[in-house]
This record gives sequence, C-alpha cells and structure tokens, in this order.
Amino acid sequence: MSGHHGLYRPGSSVLHRLPAQVKLVAALLAVLAVVAAPRHQIWVFGCFAAVVGVLVATAGIPPRLMARRLLIEVPFLGFALLLPFVAQGERTEVLGLPLSIEGLWSAWELIATATVGLSLSVLLASTTSLPEILNGLQRLRLPALLVQIMSFMVRYTDVVAGELRRMRIARESRGFEARDIRQWPIVARGAGTLFVRCFERGERVHLAMLARGYEGRMPMGDASGAPWSAWATGLSLPVLFGLLALTARA
Amino acid sequence: MHAPDGFVNAPTSIAAGVVAAAGIAVCLRKAREELDDRTAPLAGLVAVYVFAAQMLNFPVAGGTSGHLLGGTLAAVLVGPFTGALCVSVVLLVQAVLFADGGLTALGLNISTMALATVLIGYPLARFLLRVRIPLAVSSGIAAGVSVVGASLTFVLFYALGGTTEVALGTVTAAMVGVHALIGIGEGLITALTVGAIAATRPDLIHLNRSLAPTPVEV
Repeated sequence: MSGHHGLYRPGSSVLHRLPAQVKLVAALLAVLAVVAAPRHQIWVFGCFAAVVGVLVATAGIPPRLMARRLLIEVPFLGFALLLPFVAQGERTEVLGLPLSIEGLWSAWELIATATVGLSLSVLLASTTSLPEILNGLQRLRLPALLVQIMSFMVRYTDVVAGELRRMRIARESRGFEARDIRQWPIVARGAGTLFVRCFERGERVHLAMLARGYEGRMPMGDASGAPWSAWATGLSLPVLFGLLALTARA
Repeated sequence: MHAPDGFVNAPTSIAAGVVAAAGIAVCLRKAREELDDRTAPLAGLVAVYVFAAQMLNFPVAGGTSGHLLGGTLAAVLVGPFTGALCVSVVLLVQAVLFADGGLTALGLNISTMALATVLIGYPLARFLLRVRIPLAVSSGIAAGVSVVGASLTFVLFYALGGTTEVALGTVTAAMVGVHALIGIGEGLITALTVGAIAATRPDLIHLNRSLAPTPVEV
C-alpha cells in the first residue's frame, strides 16, 4: 500500500499535519453549517468561499488543480441551471426569459453549497493519505470490520483496475471495438469474468491471511489519539462556519 | 449520479445519515453470518469489483456510453447483506477519498443507492426466480426496477427536506423518467453479466445457492 491515492498530494502544511479524525469531523460539521446557511444572505457564502480559498492556499494546492477537481460537479450544474425554468412561484424577466425567482434562488443555493462542500471534500482528500484516513475512521469508532473492508477495497483497486485494463487490451488486440449496444454481451462477459477473478482473489487472499495467522483482526497502524490542541485547531473551522451561518440567520 | 451537498436540508441529511448507519450496522452483522471470517477480504474484493465494474463503459450510440450501478448485481452475486455493505463501502470511499458525492449527502446516497436498491432488487429477483423465470432475466428485471425504486426513495427524501421549490410532481416525473431509461440499461447489463457468470461459475452466484435444496446432513 503506497499511501497515495486519487487526490492525495503529499505536503507538510498545517492541514497535512492535523490528525485525520480531526479533519474528517471538522469537514463534515463545516459542510453541515454551509448547508444550514440561509440562501438569501449572499455575503455569507462569500465568507465561506474566502475561508476555503485561504485553506487551499495554506495546503499548497495549485488553484488550477483545485479547479480541475471541481469539474466533477459539472453534470450537476446542468441540473441546477434548469431550476429557474421549472420551479414555481413569481416570475421575473431575464434577457427576455421568464424565470422563477424562487428557482433562481434555489439554483444559486445548490451551486453555492455544492461547490463549497465539494471544495472541502477535495481539501480533505488532498491533504490526508490513505492509511491516515483509515486510522482516522477507526479512531472515530467506525466498526473495525468496516474499516478492514475499506482497506481491502482501497488496497486492491489498482490490482483490479490493471486486470480490467489487460482484459480490454486482450479484446482490442483481437479486433474488438465497442461501438454500440450490439457489443454489450461481450463487454458484459468481461464484467462477469472480472467478478469471478475478484471473488477468487478474495478467497486466495483469505487463505494467505490464514496462513499468516489471521484470527479475525488486522494489525492496524498505531492510531494514537489526537491532542486537544489539534482538535481545537481543526474544529475552529466548523465553529467559524457555524457562527457565520447563525449570524446570517439572525 | 451521486447527490452533492445541499440537495436536502441539514435535518434531512442527518436523518438519512442515521438510516444509513443503522442499515450498515445490520448489514455488517448479517454479512459476518454469511461469510464468517472471510468477510473482510471477500467483501473488500467484491467492493473493488463494484467500483471497477462502474468504470466499464457500455457504448450507447453517438459516442455516449453508460455504466453499471451494480446494487442488485452485487446482491444477486454475494447476497443482500454483503451486497448492500459493499456498495455502501464504495460510496463511502468515493466520498472520502475521491470527493465524489457530498460528505453531508453520504447518508442520502447510501440510503438510496445501496440500501433501497438492494431492498427492492434482491427480494424481487428471488421472487421472479421462484416463479421459474430464468436467473439472468430475473436479475435483469429486478435490477431495472430497483433503479427506478431507488430514484423514488430519493424523491421521498426530497419531499421531506428538499431545498428547491420545484413541485413534487415535476421532480417525481423527471426522476422516474430519467431512471426508467437508466434502469433499462442497468437491467440489460445485469442480465448479461449474471448470464456470463452463470455460464462459467454458477456455484458462485448467491441467489442460485439460496434457492437450491439444502444438502442433507449425514
């Protein structure tokens, strides 16, 4: 397990050094505060965005990279842009188009909360390595079995993706090209084969673990508790966001 | 598609989180009964499988393509509890490691895409198989229906705490309409995949085993 996964970028900033369990809790609570903030107070979302911007800079994530990672929400933006057309209520004219005022507010709220929430998720994933996240989830009392399943999943993702790639190359080197629905049976056969291989690998892994003395628990890394100072640093973010949301509501 | 943050309000997000946590707790206990101490490696590898199968592109036409969601497929292959558990783990990993799906929407996503899908798909597949419809066809129909059913569960959460002012009827019609199409694709892919596995390793398919007469103990 290399500890490098999809979004992780090694670094030594304050955000990288905070224990994972602190970051997980802080991110979750902060996003909850964002979700709870009233939509009509645009300034409060400006404040959220500014704080997130400072955090991104602190973590040393290049803005372009951040922007690319935000692209995951594009299909969802399409949905949000439809809202002013289909929502009910009073209408207003924008460039000659009758748009629902409530729909416009809804679209704004969806885009704003989803973007701030996604940015925080990306920050979390970019500054926390895989073993740290698993240790953090265990410290947060997530059932050990669930953490074990997650660790197996993450550990074998590259192996299985490689298997998938070799099967695709094998198909293509025999002249196969997936053009439309008529090729589905062949692709599905690949999916079936992949299942058999994954299941059999699972059985082999289990036997190998038994051979090494597995008795139902995994030796997880030393998941030491976080000092109160780390909790204080980390939780300052949701406290700040919560205060902002409360002020905006008042 | 994974729901992002802010689709439903904070209380509904938390309520969905509680539903998801309770569901996962039940699945963990039952999966351990299904798999014993093989649970961690096998469920882990099945979760990888679901994750990888979602990366397989099924071309539709004109350069567009769809992919598997895999809830009912997983339940048919490894059993309902392990299946729901594996899909939940996939959603959890996608949210925490890949920022796919909002952190506060995780409960909502697990409740609809993992729990509701399996809760609808597995009993239906079992019923269809029992009335002598072939395994692959049963799984395919159940998978298609479960996608539409899961979208209705989403509408239910939306009715409880949606943040937008779109009429419930419009949302329901749009969700069911889109997911009927997705469901047809999901059903076809599931049927073909189950058929392919049944042709080589029928013994691996949980639904096959669960209906077979139990061997007499000697």
